[in-house]
Amino acid sequence: MTTAAETIAVGRPRTTSERIVAFISRTPVHIALIALAVIWLVPTVGLAVTSFRPRPDIASSGWWTSFADFDYTLKNYDLVLNANKMAPSFLNSALIAIPSTLLPLFIGALAAYAFSWIKFPFRDTIFLLLVALMVVPIQAALVPVLILLQDLGEVLTGQQDLITGWYWGIWLSHTVFALPFCIFLLRNFFIALPRDLIEAARVDGATNFGIFFKVVLPLSVPALASFAIFQFLWVWNDLLMALVFIQESDLWPMTIRISQLLSTYGTEYHLLSAGAFLLMTVPLIVFFALQRYFVQGLLAGSVK
Amino acid sequence: VSSGTVAPGSVVARPPRRRLPPLRGFSQALPFLAPALILVGAFLIVPVVWTVLLSINRTRGLNFGEEWIWFDNYERLLTRDSRFLDTDEFPWAGAVINNLRWVIFYTGLCLLLGLVTAVLATRVNYERAFKAIIFVPMAISATAVAIIWLLVYSPDQQIGVLNALIGALGGNPVSWTGRRDTVNYAIIVAYVWASTGFVMVVLSAALKGISQEVIEAARTDGATEWDIFRRIQLPLLSLPISVVAVWLIINVIKIFDIVYIMTKGGPGGASRVIGYSYYVETFENGKGGYGAAVAVIMLLLIIPIMAFNIRRFRSEAIQG
Repeated sequence: MTTAAETIAVGRPRTTSERIVAFISRTPVHIALIALAVIWLVPTVGLAVTSFRPRPDIASSGWWTSFADFDYTLKNYDLVLNANKMAPSFLNSALIAIPSTLLPLFIGALAAYAFSWIKFPFRDTIFLLLVALMVVPIQAALVPVLILLQDLGEVLTGQQDLITGWYWGIWLSHTVFALPFCIFLLRNFFIALPRDLIEAARVDGATNFGIFFKVVLPLSVPALASFAIFQFLWVWNDLLMALVFIQESDLWPMTIRISQLLSTYGTEYHLLSAGAFLLMTVPLIVFFALQRYFVQGLLAGSVK
Repeated sequence: VSSGTVAPGSVVARPPRRRLPPLRGFSQALPFLAPALILVGAFLIVPVVWTVLLSINRTRGLNFGEEWIWFDNYERLLTRDSRFLDTDEFPWAGAVINNLRWVIFYTGLCLLLGLVTAVLATRVNYERAFKAIIFVPMAISATAVAIIWLLVYSPDQQIGVLNALIGALGGNPVSWTGRRDTVNYAIIVAYVWASTGFVMVVLSAALKGISQEVIEAARTDGATEWDIFRRIQLPLLSLPISVVAVWLIINVIKIFDIVYIMTKGGPGGASRVIGYSYYVETFENGKGGYGAAVAVIMLLLIIPIMAFNIRRFRSEAIQG
């Protein structure tokens, strides 16, 4: 037998009794991990359970006692979706998040292609300057962007709030703030694509646009997906930009709607828990369906 | 996991050169670059300069006024605004001090818990499930995290699980988010809960990169689990730990959502942070210039931290 196999055999017990011994010797580890897992789950479970309990029950007994009588209802969801307008806000969140993801993805991919596969003067300097803009906190640009958008709306249409009174303002600002990171991420992916493939397409007479659409984009699906998921969740979960750029209450996304529920009614947990749980559904679905890309996007986003 | 992640050193990696006359290169690149450069120029670079100018101007609402007041806003923020920075008596207080609290406790707890979970999880066969449980809160909006934890912290022992637990052990309920001395730590714990998964995933990915043979060899040589952690794993984790620490600190400087929802900076301004001061001064008090000064301070705090990170990347890349 090779030494490698022996060393592995030492570390990884093969027989059942060895496994049991190994399991027991790690009891403290198991206890610590299970305790951590429970602590991590309790807050979310509490919210989920509360959202299905009748309002009087929430005030009179803890959610952890509710498993005994098993008295659950969908009434909170009915209230929050309809009477408190969470249903249109759900739609608004999607209407804000989808274009705010696709726009920077497309514009950023175009620029990233130029930075990776077209040679032009000062290319790396311009790229580094663009990447350096990732440090800018959105607070350092919010007010001027707001005023610029209002002025732009006035010039284009004569109405001051046309751009900030609809989704244009938030689409545009999310796009702009995402671009440096998007270009950085995609350029680093594009540049690692096999050079021969792109040169071969050039020799065959493909234009840059042809290479971009037919060679680079199809090969870059993992990077595009990572950015798209990261950006979609970023926008879906955003509160600050929405507070600034969505002034029309009919257009409010769910994050603002929940904040309004809290300041209007105080801690009415039957509404808040159902609202917060609705807000969480989409990220949770995205997380469980696309876990791999999601983690990748977050890891990549750690430089943001 | 495929190659979608970013190689840290590759910012300056150059692709093979293709000889093109400069002007032709520009004209070819222009259609690809123009949308991004126009948007970033008009709505990011111009606004940052604009914000700097606003901060030294006696603004009228969010617009420029006629008088330039230079550093008056900064001076007032740092010396005469007790909600921003109060150094009159010990202990110091205000948004800046709260942010410092965040840097110490949020960053420290996230790193500690992320490291513990990453290292321990590799030793059991339900690693994936455990990591998913710790990681899920990362996907949740800060708004929802705030509601989740308001429920946990509720002073009513029939509602809040934390106070119910204290009650069961014979203690009196504590208004965690209603007391000046607990409110910051209450919000910090909620956000640690949401961010630990990120730290765990990054450190866990780094741990996976450490050769299993080295660890097994150390074990056969009689190294204890602690030796393995202390002598093999921890040294190799120092770069990812410092990268994550920088990410957490930058996050802390920008923190806003969770404070806004959980406490609105209260009670009595006790949980204000820099990002919250920016929002209140600019959009609730309508003091564009004063808020702009807060934003510039945020920018000035972030730049050196980010520069440190890039330097660190470079030096590690050179050392190999």
